[in-house]
Amino acid sequence: MSNVLKTLLSTFLAFIGTHLYGQQTYRDSTRVDTGGVKTLRGVTIYTSVYKEVIPSQKLSGDNLKSLNSFSVADAIRYFAGVQVKDYGGIGGLKTVDMRSMGTNHMGVFYDGIQLGNAQNGQIDLGKFSMDNIESIAVYNGQKSDIFQPARDYGSSGSIYLRSRKPVFDSSKTTNFKGVFKTGSFDLINPSVLFERKLTENINYSISSEFIKSSGRYPFRYKRVYHKSGDIAWDTTAIRQNGDINALRVESGIYGNINRGVWNAKAYFYDSERGIPGAIVNNVWMRSQRQWDRNFFLQGSLQKNVLPKYDIQVNAKYANDYMRYLNPDPTLMHIDNNFRQQEWYGSVANKYSVTKKIDINLSTDFQYNTLNSNLDGFVSPKRFTSLVALAGAAELGKLKMQASLLGTFVDERVTRGNAASGDSAIAAPSKNEVTPAVFLSYKPFPQTDFNIRAFYKNIFRMPTFNDLYYTDIGDISLKPEYTHQYNLGFAYRKSRAGALLSEWQLQSDFYFNQVTDKIVAVPKGSGMYRWMMMNIGEVEIRGVDVVSDLAFSLPKGVLLNVRTAYTYQTAQDFTKRKSKELQKITYGGQIPYIPWHSGSVISSIQYQSWRLNYSFIYVGERYQNSANIPENYEQPWYTSDVSASKNIQFKRYRFRISGELNNVFNQDYEVVLNYPMPKRNYKIILSVEL
Amino acid sequence: MRTPALFFIVLLLFVVSSCRKDVEVFMNEDTSLDSSAQNGFAGFYLLNEGNMGSNKSTLDYFDYASGKFQRNIYAAINPNVPKELGDVGNDIAIYGNRLYAVVNASNKVEVMDARTARRIGQIQIPNCRYIKFDKGFAYITSYAGPIEVNPNYTQKGYVAKIDTTTLAMVDKCIVGYQPDGLEITNGKIYVANSGGYMGAGNTEKYERTVSVIDLATFKEDKRIDVAYNLHHIKADKRGDLWVTSRGDYKKLASRLYFIDKLQQKVTDTLPIAVSNYYLDGDSLYVYSTEWSYITYSNVITYGIVNTRTHEIVSRSFITDGTDKEIEIPYGIMVHPVTKDIYVTDAGNYVSPGLLYCFTKEGKKKWSVRTGDIPAHFALLPKS
Repeated sequence: MSNVLKTLLSTFLAFIGTHLYGQQTYRDSTRVDTGGVKTLRGVTIYTSVYKEVIPSQKLSGDNLKSLNSFSVADAIRYFAGVQVKDYGGIGGLKTVDMRSMGTNHMGVFYDGIQLGNAQNGQIDLGKFSMDNIESIAVYNGQKSDIFQPARDYGSSGSIYLRSRKPVFDSSKTTNFKGVFKTGSFDLINPSVLFERKLTENINYSISSEFIKSSGRYPFRYKRVYHKSGDIAWDTTAIRQNGDINALRVESGIYGNINRGVWNAKAYFYDSERGIPGAIVNNVWMRSQRQWDRNFFLQGSLQKNVLPKYDIQVNAKYANDYMRYLNPDPTLMHIDNNFRQQEWYGSVANKYSVTKKIDINLSTDFQYNTLNSNLDGFVSPKRFTSLVALAGAAELGKLKMQASLLGTFVDERVTRGNAASGDSAIAAPSKNEVTPAVFLSYKPFPQTDFNIRAFYKNIFRMPTFNDLYYTDIGDISLKPEYTHQYNLGFAYRKSRAGALLSEWQLQSDFYFNQVTDKIVAVPKGSGMYRWMMMNIGEVEIRGVDVVSDLAFSLPKGVLLNVRTAYTYQTAQDFTKRKSKELQKITYGGQIPYIPWHSGSVISSIQYQSWRLNYSFIYVGERYQNSANIPENYEQPWYTSDVSASKNIQFKRYRFRISGELNNVFNQDYEVVLNYPMPKRNYKIILSVEL
Repeated sequence: MRTPALFFIVLLLFVVSSCRKDVEVFMNEDTSLDSSAQNGFAGFYLLNEGNMGSNKSTLDYFDYASGKFQRNIYAAINPNVPKELGDVGNDIAIYGNRLYAVVNASNKVEVMDARTARRIGQIQIPNCRYIKFDKGFAYITSYAGPIEVNPNYTQKGYVAKIDTTTLAMVDKCIVGYQPDGLEITNGKIYVANSGGYMGAGNTEKYERTVSVIDLATFKEDKRIDVAYNLHHIKADKRGDLWVTSRGDYKKLASRLYFIDKLQQKVTDTLPIAVSNYYLDGDSLYVYSTEWSYITYSNVITYGIVNTRTHEIVSRSFITDGTDKEIEIPYGIMVHPVTKDIYVTDAGNYVSPGLLYCFTKEGKKKWSVRTGDIPAHFALLPKS
């Protein structure tokens, strides 16, 4: 590394206080798997591999395993620019927000097809266990691949989760894996995976997991006197009603055909959990329960039809059930269920005009329904047609992608439980056309240095709850828009044999605007009555920095260090009727967005031993746009460590690992009145053959 | 090894430098608003509800002697109470030398010294709503009815009778569904039943009665049919009652009803929407916030009703245009001597509100930032 670059890097690290962390960007699954399996996961796809022009971060393979993550949400905390709202515990709700645009603007894709929730637009990533997840990729804007369904163009940011796909080395036709996890919170979490090569071209896989936990953990609140620092009060209690019982079964079949691939999968998740609720004065335990049952079937086919023409077909059916029960006799008795269904189909056509220029036309159709026994609820149905036209060009040093997405939404309602005399009217149709442009420029042919920029305009639809929820919904809601401007660079250098064998740095500066933000506002008088309205305006200015260092130390010791850092101002510019009240909230940092946040992931590997250390920092933030002392939330930072050892015994490969989370036993809250666990541990045993 | 060494040094520096401090007890903030005034009262308390689940119910105090507004005094005065005042303060009153704050979602009534706001104890009542006093007893409405084994169980509410010397419940009287405001006059307790949990999807399921409880026997005597979804109830000088109905938030508008004390039934109604009111002499100061499905916005109105003539004598008591600035009027009080009018603005419910003071002519004297959802007043007499 040249001295100039070294200085530059050092300055950068020092400047940003080094709560950076990194994700591996380009290399992933082809790296050495300590288990000795020949991992060549992912089947060759008959398309030209287009190098990414869009800022992305990816964790996969061992890097992902090195995080003491139980759910996908835990792992996503390590990405730059991403904030996770965590209500605590294994069963607690965990939602993700990218670059402060709001959780409804995130698209979450499971094995290539989006997970929908037309009811409230939120995907609880706490429900997706890391057990069967092989990689997580986060894209700002959209995925760097024009050959994709139209829906993939439809979010401000996207998370792609990929489950394990069966891969066999030449001699084997069967893989088996069994894992058992136990530890704090009375966790019992066994899982099994079975993979079979059915024919030369068809592989089958089934995996299942069971989670049982009491969700009990001690937490502590403490206040000290101003100035003296003496303890005013100090209370430790046990978090209650955070138990969970969940079962996941998923099965897939993966095939190769002449110049193409296909797969089909089924996913089933069934759970019952307690909702631990807010800890407030005189109320330290709640009794609300929630049941979820999610099922989906999806399939995908990709084929090179003509020399220059590729087709991709995707289809999905999803059926979701949720029941919420408030059995507390002192409160309003609620026993509501919500049933959602989704039918989805997509055809993408890619045509290579020349070797350098591709165009793609995707058309999707989606149909969503929601039914509920909620009093006064109308049953909405939504028909969504999406058409995306995209082009990608490689013009020497310059690469570009541009896309135009047309979204056409039509809704109907049936009377459902609406009282006679109440209006049951569907929201008006919406027709939106939104663009995105991505550029990447590589100025020096010999150096892996890229400058990239993008603009994207997209929106999120008001959810069924926003539009139709009894008393709260407003059918006149418009979509909520985002405008994203991004400028960044990525630099990467490999030096085989050197101590610092590989390093990379990427950084992006961005400006986002959220307009017509859907906000709950007081409706009429008293009694917690709300109305959804398009009144919010938010501006986000931020920088993400991700660095990734790989050291080859003597005696075959490998050290990987990834750091990420995000600085963000996310200001509320919502205009208010009262100028005096506007002064309190105008320009304030929006709720729960820290100015500074970052993380470090590091691992040392020596033969069959592996030691991991990860660190997360979330800086000070406020619970509300009124950035006053009463709304202040402290910074929090946790350190997690784990150690693992692989043991080969005949045909069996064992792995034993121990994890210690929140090592320094910090008492913290991510969301006000939702205390997080103190120090906790986990033991994982796995066997593969 | 230069780069890794540097890296770890920076990491270490970072870990050390970012150590966080212990959280301190909230300190009250004082704002000088007015000159010293002699008006027969020492000051008033303002209870901020705080949005449900936020545990941000706070207590503010305005001191007439100094003209100072003290924001968020509870934690500073009671630094040893875990989790401070609590979640959703729904009513506040002074009786004798004690201050009672009904904290709805904390399932308690906080009992404090009226002069100092120092905590004395608490009365445990789940889902408590409003409080009134008579002859050493506190009467508190609660939504939390008896537990029954019944699949179609619906909760009736009750009025709890509390001995203010022991803070223990001595009796309980079951009333209608989700009872709200109550009033004690002529040896009776009148309770406005709302049925608020029942009627969300179906107007017919709201309660529409006032329960009449005999103070001597503490038994429900009868029900007086009024209108759907009742909220506040207040007796005027003559002992007649003024009851508000919230309406069904849809076609049925909020409205004011009059119960004649002798006939024990509704004999009059005024076409004025009422979210909250304050009775001063014969003047009932009224405001209302109602959602309009035509304009898709809150329609806010103000007015004064003469309780003697049953006439709406004014359609505005804020005369300088400040009413155009108020987002959600939420609490109201009229000073018995100076006739200054205090109105709070709850804003967007999740961030601080405002307290306005208007002269009796309706001109703004001052305004000040409060806690979240400033709502309920209690005037503190001079000792």
